Amino acid sequence: MGVWGGVYPEYEIARNADRCVVCRVCERQCANEAHEYIPEINKMAADDAKCVNCHRCVALCPTRALKIVKSGNTYKENMNWTEKTINEIYKQADTGGVLLSSMGNPEPYPIYFDKLTLNASQVTNPSIDPLREPMETRIFLGAKPNAIERDENGKLKNNLPPQLKLTMPMMFAAMSYGAISYNAHESLARAAEELGVFYNTGEGGLHEDFYRYGKNTIVQVASGRFGVHKEYLNAGMAVEIKMGQGAKPGIGGHLPGAKIVADVSRTRMIPEGADAISPAPHHDIYSIEDLRQLVYSLKETTEYQKPVIVKIAAVHNVAAIASGIARSGADIIALDGFRGGTGAAPTRIRDCVGIPIELALAGVDTRLREEGIRDRVSIVASGGIRSSTDIFKAIALGADCVYLGTAALMALGCHLCRSCQAGKCNWGIATQTPELVKRLNPNIGYKRLVNLMRAWQHEIEEMMGGMGINSIEALKGNRLALRGVGLNEKELAILGVKHAGE
Amino acid sequence: MDEKWCLGCHLCEYYCAFAQTNEKDMARALKDRKIAPRIQVEDSGNVHFAVSCRHCKEPLCVKACITGALSVEDSVIRIDPDRCVGCYTCVLICPYGAIAPAIAGATAPEGGGLVVQKCELCLQNKMGTPQCVQNCPNAAIVYEDRG
Amino acid sequence: MRYMIIGNSAAAVGAVEGIRRTNVRTDSGREILLISDEPRHTYSRPLISYWLQGKVTEEKMRYRGLDFYDKNGCILLPPKKAVRLDADRKKVFLAGGRELDYDRLLIATGSSALVPPIPGLETVEHAFTFMSMDDAVALRKILTAETRALIVGAGLIGLKCAEGIRESVRSVQVVDLAPQILSSVLDETSAKMMQDHLEKKGILFDLSNSVDRFDQNRAFLRDKTQIEFDALVLAAGVKPSADLVKNAGGRVGRGIVVNDKMETSLPGVYAAGDCTESLDVSSGEIKVMALLPNAYMQGECAGVNMAGGTASFTQAVPMNAIGFFGMHALTAGVYTGETYVDQDQEHYKKLFYGGNHLNGVILINREEKAGVYTSLIRERTPLDTLDFDLLCRQPGLAAFAQTGRDAILGGVL
Repeated sequence: MGVWGGVYPEYEIARNADRCVVCRVCERQCANEAHEYIPEINKMAADDAKCVNCHRCVALCPTRALKIVKSGNTYKENMNWTEKTINEIYKQADTGGVLLSSMGNPEPYPIYFDKLTLNASQVTNPSIDPLREPMETRIFLGAKPNAIERDENGKLKNNLPPQLKLTMPMMFAAMSYGAISYNAHESLARAAEELGVFYNTGEGGLHEDFYRYGKNTIVQVASGRFGVHKEYLNAGMAVEIKMGQGAKPGIGGHLPGAKIVADVSRTRMIPEGADAISPAPHHDIYSIEDLRQLVYSLKETTEYQKPVIVKIAAVHNVAAIASGIARSGADIIALDGFRGGTGAAPTRIRDCVGIPIELALAGVDTRLREEGIRDRVSIVASGGIRSSTDIFKAIALGADCVYLGTAALMALGCHLCRSCQAGKCNWGIATQTPELVKRLNPNIGYKRLVNLMRAWQHEIEEMMGGMGINSIEALKGNRLALRGVGLNEKELAILGVKHAGE
Repeated sequence: MDEKWCLGCHLCEYYCAFAQTNEKDMARALKDRKIAPRIQVEDSGNVHFAVSCRHCKEPLCVKACITGALSVEDSVIRIDPDRCVGCYTCVLICPYGAIAPAIAGATAPEGGGLVVQKCELCLQNKMGTPQCVQNCPNAAIVYEDRG
Repeated sequence: MRYMIIGNSAAAVGAVEGIRRTNVRTDSGREILLISDEPRHTYSRPLISYWLQGKVTEEKMRYRGLDFYDKNGCILLPPKKAVRLDADRKKVFLAGGRELDYDRLLIATGSSALVPPIPGLETVEHAFTFMSMDDAVALRKILTAETRALIVGAGLIGLKCAEGIRESVRSVQVVDLAPQILSSVLDETSAKMMQDHLEKKGILFDLSNSVDRFDQNRAFLRDKTQIEFDALVLAAGVKPSADLVKNAGGRVGRGIVVNDKMETSLPGVYAAGDCTESLDVSSGEIKVMALLPNAYMQGECAGVNMAGGTASFTQAVPMNAIGFFGMHALTAGVYTGETYVDQDQEHYKKLFYGGNHLNGVILINREEKAGVYTSLIRERTPLDTLDFDLLCRQPGLAAFAQTGRDAILGGVL
């Protein structure tokens, strides 16, 4: 709409002409068609406006002739009117539409993980060398019985509800087939199998090819109930009810019809090309009592053989809600902080709704302990876990386990361009276009996931050893393992952590 | 070679050509030069695949070679540039089109007097391991001895 | 087992390698006896023109390395011609009377030049054929910068000879009865392209003409013109050397008759190479295909069978890769059926197809992936199983169905 509409490109493609050998791989690999070959001069050209900064061309350029740089163009910014704010206004004035974004909340809220430090043994308690001593990172997720029970003969009764057994306290977060590709799902499933952990189908159902990974699968039931049937519910080792998502609490989902291609349509059990709308609420859940009904209907369907997970976004009164969930019969609560990723969300929601996972997690763990019901549920933390130390700190704050979404996608090649909503993922992850999907070879993808997880497992063992503990269970909820740096009294109180030096 | 994973990015061709130059830096090796790779990608719509010598068990090229320049060494079909006279009988007989006349001035080693060229699994250059395999971004090209 | 091979060229070498891959050499010895009347290590006959041209040395003409006979347990007898075969008693008689026993015999005697009975030929001082190294050596001996060469026959041998000597003589004139050069290999258009190219390089042609008689240094042609020359090369054709088998009572047509295993009609006697006739699968006709690749493959097949293995050779097609002064013609198969033509000044492609098969191909300066066409001809691949339109434009595996391609390229296990 006229001269006002133009937003200057955020990035520029910098090509070193001395190093470019005109192999045209950049052109062939850019689904956004940012690169172009000019035959008359036998040179490459680029349209910066089409670049989403996904680094596919940079990564494949065999001579390192390419880099993407921030464009130097500046508005007359101030603290109030930043470039982002200005651009958003221009875009909306241009289109009249809701701003859409993907991946997690990028705004400069405090990251509490980075303000927590870990303890180590000195003198009074010995540290352990993880290369010499066995270190236990195995965990079990699920409700634990209140007490030991014996039968009339005095023998122990097995009153243990169903558990998920994991070799390490990490799982792959729910990402639906549809939002991510077949090959991404296959990579996750195979990595989970190799590692002895779980991946999560997300709300898009389970592709028939992946039933074979059932021993390492968590199936999800969300408000759209896509692809849910009895066989599906029994296909995995646990069922997750998705009440909310950290990236967009209170908001439903919308997978555009263009992504509902044949396989996705069959898996989701909806017509090809039809938009897949996940309603904001579950229309049958208006209370904890309603939730309990769904939890138990899922348990009935799965004959009480599988734990039920309830996933919620971390919002203001998360602790009270978690208490209710623990009392609803759920076995596991998944908490998703506001830095959790998404394939598409309204920008305002992503950036302004919800709370950080660290505070939510500490709050929930404290509340459940106070109420004496902590053992009724396991807690899985997610939404912005970036490293083994984040995992370690999350466990010390009270988590049993974490979900990894963005980090897993990065292992598969994601460069955080945050353009998932466009469906033209150059890395073959967030797309259903066959030519793009094939760029992610699961034979490579699953190995990279396994590498990342194993590396983190090693690092966790190192940190455990330094602290003098040889079982990850011993860290759970041990806030004394943490100290805060640069946090105020209130923050320390919520986190249940002393300040460094105390 | 598994075309399921071939992206048609053509990088194998460039890494192949680069390998033949024995240079250290691809930019210096290939800048402003026409490449003559020994592996070639065929594109047909959305189907892509790379073709190079299959190192056949029953190599027609070796059997047909009129000079004995082509031979099998440790299961690899090698070409002795000294003995090749460029009759192109091998070009005419290879069912895969994997042997090609060497293009003058392209990225062949200097002074090699090469007349026809084919994949020798990078045994004849400094690399020593097949560069197309090593640098395929999607593991579409693998090197396997199938006995 | 005593293996005997009469011959020392491509078919013979193929047989040695065929025997040895079936029956690995034992320490006990050299069971393979090679008999040849040429006093040379095995060499590549097609290279004699390259040698004349100075493009290869005699060393580089060796078809196999110097250790070939040792490595493969062969004895190459001192040069003697095998003159008689007694297949019942399994004996071969050499010139001079020596007789040798064998268990399995391969006739790989090749072919010899067909010398037309032109009156006055005996008066020509310097007349040559152009089949062997000896021929080339003899020819080179008398060539000077002033030599005027006359070549009778514009086929492969005649023209390779012309190319080989062009730089070192004053003139080269080629006479042929046919209206075009390379009449057994090229069609009219491609022959004209090649002829123009050769003429630019200074070779003179006198086509649709023939020599009626010679008188010393003078040839009298059918069109009543005369040509003076200093050296004469007769390259009017070749004939299979099939006498040994014929005189022993074996079946001989145009060449020695063999089956798919390269067995002749005589028990224990095999034949391979230019001395045989075989089925051209592109035309369905029995032909003598005097071509080195076929000779090697037939020899190898014979060798495997002689050593107790099982092999058959059923995919012979005429096939020629020939280049003159940098212009290359690649051809295969038979030139019948419908055609697809793509040509410009310097390039030419003609495909012949019909009955759901590719029958033949002629390519001038269009080498790229030529073998894909040859393969279709040899394998008799049904054209309705592939994208023939694409293939006409662009030879390659893209035209094949994916399953076929996976079989070729391996897929990933």
